Amino acid sequence: MKQSKWNILSNVCIAEKVWKMVLRGDTTAMQPGQFVEIAVPGYYLRRPISVCDIQDDCLTIIYKTVGHGTDLMARMQPGETLDILSCLGHGYDLRKAGDEVLVVGGGVGVPPLIYLAKQLRAQGKHVHAVLGFNTEKEVFAEEMFASLGCKVEVCTMDGSYGRRGVVTDLIAKPAPFYYACGPLPMLRAIAETVGTNGQMSMEERMGCGVGICVGCSIETKKGVRRVCKEGPVFDAEELIW
Amino acid sequence: MVVQLGHITLKNPVIPASGTCGFGQEMHEWLDLNILGAIATKGTTRLPRYGNPVPRIAECGATGMLNAVGLQNPGVEEVIRHEIPALRQIYQGPIIANVSGFNIEDYAYVCERVDKETDAAILEVNISCPNVHNGGMAFGTSPKAAAEVTRAVKAVTTKPVFMKLSPNVTDITAIARACVEAGADGLCLINTVLGMRIDIRRRKPVLANRYGGYSGPGIFPIALRMVNQVSKACPGTPIIGCGGVQRAEDVIEMMMAGASAVEIGAANLQNPNACKQIIEQLPEVMQELQIDHLRDIIGIV
Repeated sequence: MKQSKWNILSNVCIAEKVWKMVLRGDTTAMQPGQFVEIAVPGYYLRRPISVCDIQDDCLTIIYKTVGHGTDLMARMQPGETLDILSCLGHGYDLRKAGDEVLVVGGGVGVPPLIYLAKQLRAQGKHVHAVLGFNTEKEVFAEEMFASLGCKVEVCTMDGSYGRRGVVTDLIAKPAPFYYACGPLPMLRAIAETVGTNGQMSMEERMGCGVGICVGCSIETKKGVRRVCKEGPVFDAEELIW
Repeated sequence: MVVQLGHITLKNPVIPASGTCGFGQEMHEWLDLNILGAIATKGTTRLPRYGNPVPRIAECGATGMLNAVGLQNPGVEEVIRHEIPALRQIYQGPIIANVSGFNIEDYAYVCERVDKETDAAILEVNISCPNVHNGGMAFGTSPKAAAEVTRAVKAVTTKPVFMKLSPNVTDITAIARACVEAGADGLCLINTVLGMRIDIRRRKPVLANRYGGYSGPGIFPIALRMVNQVSKACPGTPIIGCGGVQRAEDVIEMMMAGASAVEIGAANLQNPNACKQIIEQLPEVMQELQIDHLRDIIGIV
């Protein structure tokens, strides 16, 4: 955990209710799948947001406006600063990947997979990204994966962009080791139809984000685990559905 | 900044509250625990508990948060065997062991185990958890039940016993007096205020437990009033003031209301360095207010 001030370099809307913010600060030791906790002025608890990309001393986050706190974040301007806790939680274990890797993201679960894919590509892995959204207006990140040299497939629930359907429709079986992040029903469907040979990033309402309040604990096959501390990334086989 | 809590000397009055510092291991990653006046460890029960279903956290704008964790803890044996010894590796100051129960025998059992097997300086007996059914707050809302728990605990320990009181009562002084008359060495107040948030889009409570404990700066005036009332009702009984303390000025205010030491709760969740910053600010604030010794201001209002 590191607590520091970050300068906002840019903050733009990239899809419906989805914003991309680039901040400058101390990016050392941040791992794919970890998250940051952002103090939003006027709101008591911090907002946990996944690390989307790291480039030198710049951190990219992609967040959805889901309430007053994130609405306020969306109105913030370049030059403003944010108090952020960084290097939180345990991210994806890259050592588990074979030469062929699948990354599966749904909605605003997609962002952490971008930094992950970047690191996997740097190791020379073949990365197949399967991204699911509700509808065309919510689609983002396709070109980010493409520019990293990943094979990208997109589906939407209503068929307005890419293939109609859900991510599990696009995953050939048997699937290689996967990394997933997205809404709970998507993760459950992956576990049921693709299997548990992968890692999943979980989401839960958090108090502290640093492991002290145990507000975000979930029961797993290995016992009680804090999403903010032992997670957010868990081996899929540990999770109870 | 030295204060006395009964016979226990604290290097300063700042204590992370139970449930907001675990057993110290996480906090140790970013701050030296030995700067703290004491540490109040996570509420411990006889058996391990997962607690309530998630979601168990809800925000309340700028004023605080609700929690309905429900006493998640590894159980007293694990606390004795692993948590307290591990805390001792990194922290040499006073430990305030917070214990909870679902019946009077539980309270006595856990206190006896902690008394016998740990070097905790104080037992903080939680009769005010709003998030568990069949216990917790039920003992803190009746003077008779509060006295019974106090007596049962005092019978099994020689350590100072501080009863942690609930604000969810009509007259907190009646509960406080009952505890003191039953032998309590001190009091800690307040625990969280029972509250609720509703997700108006889903038309459902935000918390899976429906209700939860409200903490944060929004409860500071309530805590201050209750500490003041109890300090007047129970003169000579040391009080740990708790509830919504965010900064050094709040510590001073809480002490002027009657507290001998102050627990910091929700502020740790918002700012993991809250205790450290408060301890660092305290000398400046004391100087500005021309306070030479903190003991001089306890209960002066």
